[in-house]
Amino acid sequence: MGIRFILMVNKQGQTRLAQYYEWLTLEERRALEGEIVRKCLARNEQQCSFVEHRNYKIVYRRYASLFFLVGVDNEENELAILEFIHLLVETMDRHFGNVCELDIMFHLEKAHFMLEEMVMNGSVVETSKANILSPIQLMEKAS
Amino acid sequence: MSGPSLMDSLFQRSLEDIIKGLRQQLIGEQAFISKALEEIRKEIKSTDLSTKSTALLKLSYLSNLHFHDLSFAAFHALEVLSSPRFSHKKIAYHAISLSFHDSTPVLLLITNHLRKDLNSTNEFEVSLSLQCLSRIANVDLARDLTPEVFALLSSNKLYLRKRAVAVVLRVFEKYPDSVRVCFKRLVENLENSDPQILSAVVGVFSELACKDPRSYLPLAPEFYKILVDSKNNWISIKVLKIFSKLAPLEPRLAKRVVEPICDLLRNTGAKSLLFECIRTVVTSLSEYESAVRLAVGKVREFLVDEDPNLKYLGLQALRIVAEKHLWAVSENKEVVIKSLSDGDPNIKIESLRLVMAMVSEHNVSEISRVLVNYALKSDPVFCNEILGSILSTCSRNLYEIIVDFDWYVSLLGEMSRIPHCQTGEEIENQLIDIGLRVKDVRPELVRVARDLLIDPALLGNSFLHSVLSAAAWASGEYVEFSRNPLELMEALLQPRTSLLPSSIRTVYIQSAFKVLVFCLHTCFVRGGSIVASASLNNLPAGVSASVSYESFDEFSVENGADASVVHGQTCASAPITKESIVNLLNLVELALGPLLGSHDVEVQERARNLLGFIDLTKPEVLNSAVQEKDDSEGKGVETSKIIKLMHDAFSKELGPVSLSAQGKVSLPDGLKLKENLGDLEMICGDLEPPSSNAFSFGSSYEQKDGLSFSNLQIKEDSEQTNESTSLLAEHRKRHGLYYLPSGKSELVSNDYPPANDPILQGDIDDNADNLVKLTAESLVPKRKSNHGKPRPVVVKLDEVDEKHVAMKKPESRDDSLSGAVRDVLFGCEDVPPTLSQSNLSNKLSSKRKGKEKQHTDPHAESKENVIDDGNSSLRRKDRSHGKERRHRSPRKKNAEERKETNQKEKEKSRRHHGRHKSRQRAEEPLKVSAQTPVIPDFLL
Repeated sequence: MGIRFILMVNKQGQTRLAQYYEWLTLEERRALEGEIVRKCLARNEQQCSFVEHRNYKIVYRRYASLFFLVGVDNEENELAILEFIHLLVETMDRHFGNVCELDIMFHLEKAHFMLEEMVMNGSVVETSKANILSPIQLMEKAS
Repeated sequence: MSGPSLMDSLFQRSLEDIIKGLRQQLIGEQAFISKALEEIRKEIKSTDLSTKSTALLKLSYLSNLHFHDLSFAAFHALEVLSSPRFSHKKIAYHAISLSFHDSTPVLLLITNHLRKDLNSTNEFEVSLSLQCLSRIANVDLARDLTPEVFALLSSNKLYLRKRAVAVVLRVFEKYPDSVRVCFKRLVENLENSDPQILSAVVGVFSELACKDPRSYLPLAPEFYKILVDSKNNWISIKVLKIFSKLAPLEPRLAKRVVEPICDLLRNTGAKSLLFECIRTVVTSLSEYESAVRLAVGKVREFLVDEDPNLKYLGLQALRIVAEKHLWAVSENKEVVIKSLSDGDPNIKIESLRLVMAMVSEHNVSEISRVLVNYALKSDPVFCNEILGSILSTCSRNLYEIIVDFDWYVSLLGEMSRIPHCQTGEEIENQLIDIGLRVKDVRPELVRVARDLLIDPALLGNSFLHSVLSAAAWASGEYVEFSRNPLELMEALLQPRTSLLPSSIRTVYIQSAFKVLVFCLHTCFVRGGSIVASASLNNLPAGVSASVSYESFDEFSVENGADASVVHGQTCASAPITKESIVNLLNLVELALGPLLGSHDVEVQERARNLLGFIDLTKPEVLNSAVQEKDDSEGKGVETSKIIKLMHDAFSKELGPVSLSAQGKVSLPDGLKLKENLGDLEMICGDLEPPSSNAFSFGSSYEQKDGLSFSNLQIKEDSEQTNESTSLLAEHRKRHGLYYLPSGKSELVSNDYPPANDPILQGDIDDNADNLVKLTAESLVPKRKSNHGKPRPVVVKLDEVDEKHVAMKKPESRDDSLSGAVRDVLFGCEDVPPTLSQSNLSNKLSSKRKGKEKQHTDPHAESKENVIDDGNSSLRRKDRSHGKERRHRSPRKKNAEERKETNQKEKEKSRRHHGRHKSRQRAEEPLKVSAQTPVIPDFLL
């Protein structure tokens, strides 16, 4: 199914956004997030952005104080996922203007909505920033 | 609206309040959250939808980021979902996709909501509903909403069509019959020129093709077109994924795509696409030498790049290449070796795997040397990673790549001394395993074991205890190869052994016993005198010699008379003199005395055994030590007999026994296993005395069982003393029914060697030779002649085990999804794979002629077929599928049987599908015969 989950975690290891594309119980999620965050945050800038964990491959990237972690299955192309993360950040940047952790905290549902526009059922369906953002802009206008 | 509810909504805290509040809580966050949750529980019961939805929104937030259970609000979420306002719906859908799963009880209630929204005129509502469906769809939802999804697949709003395509994957997975309805439209979308749609469709197919590539071969022309025409890297990557699955199945397809892929390889600027090309070439097109060369060239660029990501991926790609093209690794050897000391542990592990892939019997010693040096310098985690991979690589296929076992055993010894070593158990297993399997290595094994045992520092490292246990066992079992048994004894009894866990201490004591017996035997029995082996055979069978001291005495008294043995006074091997023996006995008594009070029963019992043995022998030893001159008779001779007997018991070869050995003994004709054995009681009654004798002195074998050998079982041979066989034979004559007829020849005819040769007196070497002879057919066939030193024989018994494992491998089951896809793609014709392939090649060649025609081709054919064959096509197809599968995986009998049951199940489910079909007929204005799974007309 390609992408299994997407996490945004700050430097302190607090989850700021979690999106799963397969069902995990709360306990499983808590354990998984704990393990992954511990593993990834311990790594430094000079090390590669890929970590194997259980049966996942974690592709992660750090932007300012936020870590973007994407769990994928073994078939997935790691570099494409890195590009996907970058696209996600750029899209949010365009929407919020110089996006930061607080934007995501206070507009979690918007962040989720963008993700839903980009990814469905674990595969990337939309890669154009304009297309991703147009529904959100419409909705904001309407309300 | 009532007062309190208005108050509630006026003073309700918004999500923003909660987030702000949470940010202010440095401590007591939990208290704050539970207070908020309390509010939410109240608010969510409100009749006012905006209050309710806000509560739900807050709850989703807490659930998403703080792991609070949201399931109690499932029904409330449904209530919010029914709100006409879009903003409410959005909140509800979000909460539902977060929390609903297959076992949510209210899942059934959502179907109508979803259907309503899927048919809505507001495209964003439809989109929300699709999104939700893609997350929570189960069998029922997928089945019930298939018509809606089907309609959306050709929606003229691209936004919706794209999302519908993405949902199809989940719908197919949950409800394979929907393939019959939706597949055609899905395929049509492959020809859409819009990149949004295309990216979604290709994404779906790349997922589908992962699971069962063969079914999608007929679509290869469409994929090929996309591969050639696509300008979008996302799409190209997905198509490449599809081809990497399809190409291995169809050589002509591989030939066709290799050129375009190489073009991409050369020209693309995007690293992600480049990497995907490399991966496709090395996994699926590895027969195309030029393509592989090109790809390896690109891999090299990755390897030398600054970016650690590229380096990591380059190493990974190289590992895939290594399976078929080892030259690629050797070409990049320096980079790989250098990466072993990279700053990134992931890169280190990746390069370690690569290095291990390079290992062959020619370079194993050099590579291991390099790696052990790395291990010495590395951090503990990576050190053990290295050791673990050396161990697993070297032991692969029964030490296939090891030629020089002396070297390997000393390497094992060296590895266990590395400070961070935590792989003790594996080393233990291998030391024992090699000791049992490779006869020639035993002297070296004993030397290595001695070096380990004699070092008091090692006893303090708990990770090494298991290695020490193996060393102790080996030095006891093969003590005859030891240069200095006395020193060995000191090592086994050194005071620091108290640091060992009792299970290992027992091994130490038992080994000390063996060493002692060996010393005594060397000194008193072998030293020049001839012990008539026959004399032992004359022992009356009835002698009860359980481990108690009395029986030992009895034994000696009874046999005192016929002793005619003179024991020698000159010891053969230099260091063992009578004096040293006396010292030895004193040492043992001193060291083990305190253990008689040990709390661990095993330790206590073994110590007692050993001390009891000393009690028996010591007086006589002292006697002879004083007298120096041999004139003793009677008792002294008995002692030497005891020594002899013990020695023989210990020197008996322990052979490896296959795990499934018992299974190889075929059931004899007359034997009824399920018969009532009540009358056996009576027979057992007169069996009693010999059976107790059968265990005489043999208890040592039972004790060895405690060692837990990896793949080996120690077969207890109760016929330890030949004399008991006569009685047994008599018994056998009387009660032949209860014996396996001619047990021994049975074993041989089943071509596996008896674990323990019943030859008691023959010397060990003879025994081993026999074993080797018997196992000749199962020995390693490869004896490399280009080595100065021939590879020693490795006793191998595990073919059966391997088969066992192979059988356990999970069958790649044809699931109903791919079955359905095949039905749609191939129609109901009798399509053996070759036919479909020729279809495909036709299509490939007629590519330029006209798309429509090719496209309808297979379907048209299939339609004819359906009309011709009608009902019978179902049966025939089933059979052909079965055959095809059998072709693909010729497995063992068991698997075959499983497959058959699989097929039965499949047939059943097909009938089941038939039923659904008829239901569908009501909904769709189509003529579909209920019995035959004919493709609906609209698919053709």
